[in-house]
Amino acid sequence: MSTITDLFKSARSGDRRSLSKLLTKIESGESLVIHPESGWTLGVTGPPGVGKSTLIGRIIEYWAAAGQAVAVLAVDPTSPVSGGAFLADRIRMGGADSKDSVFVRSLASRNHPGGLMPCLDVMCQVLYACGWSRVIIETVGSGQSEIRIVAFVDTVLLVDGPDRGDIIQAEKAGILELADVIAINKADLPNSSFAADAVKGALELSDGEAAPVHLVSAIDGSGVKPLIIDLESSQPNSARVVLRNRERLIASWDSVLLSHPEIESHMEKLCDGTITVGEAIKSMGSTIDFGGDLTD
Amino acid sequence: MAKPGLDGHDRGAKVIARALRDGGHEVIYTGLRKRPREIVRIVIDEDADALGLSTLSGAHNSLIPIICEGLRESGLNEVVVFAGGIIPERDRASLYQSGVRAVFGPGTLSVSILGFLESVSARRRDGDPVGVGEDSGWHWQ
Repeated sequence: MSTITDLFKSARSGDRRSLSKLLTKIESGESLVIHPESGWTLGVTGPPGVGKSTLIGRIIEYWAAAGQAVAVLAVDPTSPVSGGAFLADRIRMGGADSKDSVFVRSLASRNHPGGLMPCLDVMCQVLYACGWSRVIIETVGSGQSEIRIVAFVDTVLLVDGPDRGDIIQAEKAGILELADVIAINKADLPNSSFAADAVKGALELSDGEAAPVHLVSAIDGSGVKPLIIDLESSQPNSARVVLRNRERLIASWDSVLLSHPEIESHMEKLCDGTITVGEAIKSMGSTIDFGGDLTD
Repeated sequence: MAKPGLDGHDRGAKVIARALRDGGHEVIYTGLRKRPREIVRIVIDEDADALGLSTLSGAHNSLIPIICEGLRESGLNEVVVFAGGIIPERDRASLYQSGVRAVFGPGTLSVSILGFLESVSARRRDGDPVGVGEDSGWHWQ
């Protein structure tokens, strides 16, 4: 068995298989200390079924044609019942399977809150170090209050569709306010320009510069090029530093709790009603193992 | 789970993927009409332990051995390959020769596929050969 450092060395020299095995080790909790490398991570989020994967397929096609290397980490939900997962984001990313400059890895959420696990941070660093200077993280289909993606990425693309019910949803708070760029997908369907206008209208009412809203069709490719140009020119939002670090902290804290060796027994006691939530926290808190990767 | 070649029927592959998910496995589905080299690439990028090939078109004798060879050429000797769909009894022996460790036909119960994967894990634990590039006459009955 190769050690994680051997794999890293071999992955850096361009061996895909070592990179892939390295990501598996990181996913299963092994730690790796690496020097921060420069790179850019785009987060793609939005409700289920709006076309996130298909749109990512278009973006990677565009970047690959421009000679960019691009890696995708596509997260799909783990079944809370069986612990298994059916990961099928990559079937929407048509051209991804044959290009050397595209690397797509499917990841199961393994029930991390928000479907995003702290190891994504290290995975991005590893990908940067191995020459994948552009990384896309696709979240599980998410709701408007799910903002954890800001902890892991430089730029947030929110994808929504024309058939999202009462357009008053656009007035609500959450990820809509944090997105750097918004895409209303399925421009080929009726009412899509109405949805895009409603989102633009809602954003204009808020303070500061409004995020650009693009009407696109991932199916026929219309509107995708101007969207990509906006994504590439999107500037890091300094107001988001506090929020980003807050989400990073909470994500790591959640992970410490979820990987606590006694969590199962405490869960059982909670179900039996023999302890309270407060007692469970107190008991586990006194025996926390902070692990290697959290002290780096 | 992969669909090699021009076969456009994937209800079976999806049912199997779902059954394996319900059995606690993380299952990646490639989608339809994948070339052998694309399937090998996906196995590499996803670091898959096992590869299920679903084919109903009759092209199994040409496609499956190419995929098995492609896996070995890429050094993926430990990956376990199994197949399913419409594969006549008379073709199975040669697929086993190619490194396929199980062939499941119509009417297979999902528990037997889960049982196969459990046997594979047990063989791994015991250090017995089971991968596509590991020398073994063993296959699931």
